[in-house]
Amino acid sequence: MRSAMRPEDLLRPTPRGLYSPAGDFFIDPVRPVPRALITHGHSDHARAGHGAVLATRQTLDIMAIRYGADFAGDTQAIAYGESVEVNGVKASFFPAGHILGSAQIRVEKNGCRIVASGDYKPGIDPTCVPFEPIGCDVFISEATFGLPVFRHPDPAGEIGKLVASLQLFPERTHIIGAYALGKAQRVIALLRAAGHDRPILLHGAMERLTAYYESEGIALGPVKLAREATPDELPGAVVIAPPSSLAEVWSRRFADPVTAFASGWMRIRARARQHGVELPLVISDHADWDDLQHAILATGCGELWVTHGQEDALVHWAGQAGLTARPLHLVGYGEEEAESGDAPATGKASGDAPAEGKPS
Amino acid sequence: MNRFAALIDRLAYEPRRNGKIRLIADYFRHVPDLDRGWALAALTGALSFRNAKPGLIRQLIAERTDPVLFALSYDYVGDLSETVALMWPAPARPEGPSPQPSPRRGEGAGPASKALSPPGRGLGEGEARPDLGIPLSDVIHTLTHMGRTELPAVLAGLLDRLDETGRWALLKLITGSLRIGVSARLAKTAVAALGALTPDDIELVWPGLTPPYAELFAWAEGHGERPQTENPTPFRPVMLAHPLEAADRESLDPRDFRAEWKWDGIRIQAARAVDADGRSTTRLYSRTGEDISGAFPDLAEALAFEGAVDGELLILRQERVQSFNVLQQRLNRKAVSAKLITEFPAHIRAYDLLVDGTEDVRALPFDARRARLEALIATHPTDARLDLSPLVPFATWEELTAARADPATHGAGPDADAVEGVMLKRADSLYLPGRPKGPWWKWKRDPHSVDAVLMYAQRGHGKRSSYYSDYTFGVWTGDGELVPVGKAYFGFTDAELIEIDRFVRRNTVNRFGPVREVVHARDEGLVLEVAFEGLARSTRHRSGVAMRFPRIARLRWDKPPAEADTLATLEALLRTQGEVAADDDAGAESDGGGTAARPASRRAARRDREAS
Repeated sequence: MRSAMRPEDLLRPTPRGLYSPAGDFFIDPVRPVPRALITHGHSDHARAGHGAVLATRQTLDIMAIRYGADFAGDTQAIAYGESVEVNGVKASFFPAGHILGSAQIRVEKNGCRIVASGDYKPGIDPTCVPFEPIGCDVFISEATFGLPVFRHPDPAGEIGKLVASLQLFPERTHIIGAYALGKAQRVIALLRAAGHDRPILLHGAMERLTAYYESEGIALGPVKLAREATPDELPGAVVIAPPSSLAEVWSRRFADPVTAFASGWMRIRARARQHGVELPLVISDHADWDDLQHAILATGCGELWVTHGQEDALVHWAGQAGLTARPLHLVGYGEEEAESGDAPATGKASGDAPAEGKPS
Repeated sequence: MNRFAALIDRLAYEPRRNGKIRLIADYFRHVPDLDRGWALAALTGALSFRNAKPGLIRQLIAERTDPVLFALSYDYVGDLSETVALMWPAPARPEGPSPQPSPRRGEGAGPASKALSPPGRGLGEGEARPDLGIPLSDVIHTLTHMGRTELPAVLAGLLDRLDETGRWALLKLITGSLRIGVSARLAKTAVAALGALTPDDIELVWPGLTPPYAELFAWAEGHGERPQTENPTPFRPVMLAHPLEAADRESLDPRDFRAEWKWDGIRIQAARAVDADGRSTTRLYSRTGEDISGAFPDLAEALAFEGAVDGELLILRQERVQSFNVLQQRLNRKAVSAKLITEFPAHIRAYDLLVDGTEDVRALPFDARRARLEALIATHPTDARLDLSPLVPFATWEELTAARADPATHGAGPDADAVEGVMLKRADSLYLPGRPKGPWWKWKRDPHSVDAVLMYAQRGHGKRSSYYSDYTFGVWTGDGELVPVGKAYFGFTDAELIEIDRFVRRNTVNRFGPVREVVHARDEGLVLEVAFEGLARSTRHRSGVAMRFPRIARLRWDKPPAEADTLATLEALLRTQGEVAADDDAGAESDGGGTAARPASRRAARRDREAS
């Protein structure tokens, strides 16, 4: 009779990421490793150069788009709800609702179940399969928006602000900063749902990923590259670009643009102003404070490990909710999406500026 | 309330003046009378609620949230109103929170996704609350008529009924600090934009009006009469001068002009009227028509003339005019203490007369107005904080150039330090609102200048967004280190901006959020010739000095950074100016204590000064 497995022997934090001593694999490693299980395609979680990668088909496709077909020595696709044995550890993938192909990974052995949720959000997102709470003993959660000031509003209402601005400033181009993977396509889908049917102009950085979403059956309507737009198409047009390009040379081609930014960070006024944003749109692909609590409680876990973000507040709450909770202090996540040439700088502008976090 | 909240939310992010005017005018067009009137009152600073204090807001949030979570949140957000607005818990719902994280937001409100959206939590909580339609006028009425004991419960009830933006707007309203970059003048300009009026038309009737300004809106929209204001002491739009360039001077005949010292204070208009029963009213206005009487009760009380005088607000000690740095310590104070009044006695140095007794003399030529002004001052009690700005005699431009270069020996005497140039006014000039070109000129003294090294750059706003246009520069200390001495964001041409922008991009050595540190070594870097109007000691700046109105005069690509100026040069200048106390109050109104608010307050001070 084998004794119950200790969680730390099933999964533990290391400098290279979450490591399973029992199964000899990593989850979302930040440096090349022999065997990696990847939750989703954002560049701080999905890196090139691993020996073998296990991920959903969409995540593998996205990695191939970003890093080239030879991004890993060997790849294996797994569908939501499926399980595989990795060196005696059972790994199962479930939808995380974060972006297309995003997954939570449950690992289990000898009656011990841990869910590494990656980045996740409950709720409806027309561009990906919704998050499901998965029963477990230990739940590993991010805490990007783990403060009670973060309560994301209805995204349709946020898009309504954009639509109202387009009516008020019909001669100005509206540039929306949005991450090239996930957020850009979600914003387009939200605009379509709000009845916006003009062609949406894209920064080159999001062209292939947007085409990929279309090929996966997510209808995004007419889009074209901004650099191919004629001058008469620019007034009143919506342009989607990586946030880093908002203030860069790239945006100078548009006359008198309105600068918008779709991100959960836009909840904080100072953050929006730091980015020079005129039209902040609070649209996030992460769980907000209430979502985090509901999601954690719904797993029925007795123990909570917090990876990155505002872990202090979430750990404090979990303690009051009767859970054993601890921060993992993993490094390398949530810093930035280093996907577009000149990514936003990190660091502190001055003592009173909030630290830069994941631009999401 | 939610429309007003949406307006100020949007204004807070809108950097362009014209954009702000459009947003406000759009709001005025679509909101009914009572509400738009109270909104105008809020935007022009005409509202104040005595009983609501930050302490009360802290008390309310402490009763509702975990202290650890509040502390972590406040630390992160950095602004009390905003933290409370964001953290304010949703009022108790009939059903408890669902244990399942059910899909809850009606995103992509197409038919398909609607089917996926469960009932009950289809919208964010804010939108689902029943009382979004609560009119701004009701909110203001409630806040105005509420006693200290009822206030907490009533305020909590309001906060329960509003969404996040509404809560933020309400808390900003009651703490009296909107801080959205909208001046009273801008709000009035938006009213004028509703029809064919000019902002000055609004100014003329404004002082006699009270919220909710229904007759003003009717007039502005062309379906009402011009409001008949009973106000005996209205603000009258001020006359402004153009800067005098060398080319202008050559075309002007000195015999046509009178000259006065250009005082380094702030423009003030004092209006005083006495009614049939002998009761007097005195109003002090800034150049934009803001009623500043409350900030200078000592001055308002001391005045004894009847009419309206245009002049410079100065601080006098032992009959000597103090520098602008001293005046600045009395400006922007919320509370006017007896100590402040004693230490910073306010004074008007008059240079024009708009109303003599009850007679409007603005249509008289300058010489005639001047004669009446001199007569008025001559009969005014001598100890009464009002004196005459003398004319500077000259027959040729050479003589005036000499006087401008050395005011001390040309009549300004010990007040010369408070002179920042000369004003030229045509002897036949009528008093016209605005800045007509030709009758009045300002000829400021040459600025100080220093060669400094560019250290940090930040992007600008509006037309300049995406360009690095805000520059922090430094000079060398005795230890051979560069220490920042100021920040400038204008003075350069568009072509120079592109050059500096390119330099910044190619020579970034470090990034701090939006700030780029650029290379600044002894043999590598960019030297900027910075012009400025004065220096003050500052405990806020590591260098110990703060510049007034620094701007980029020239780019010195030719100069190696090692040859830039030293802190010792600035300290020597400080000594010749006389030791003045810190200017650290200049940013005291800033929200959250960040340095980012300082330029705005400086710009405001500059705006008020750039008068004569």
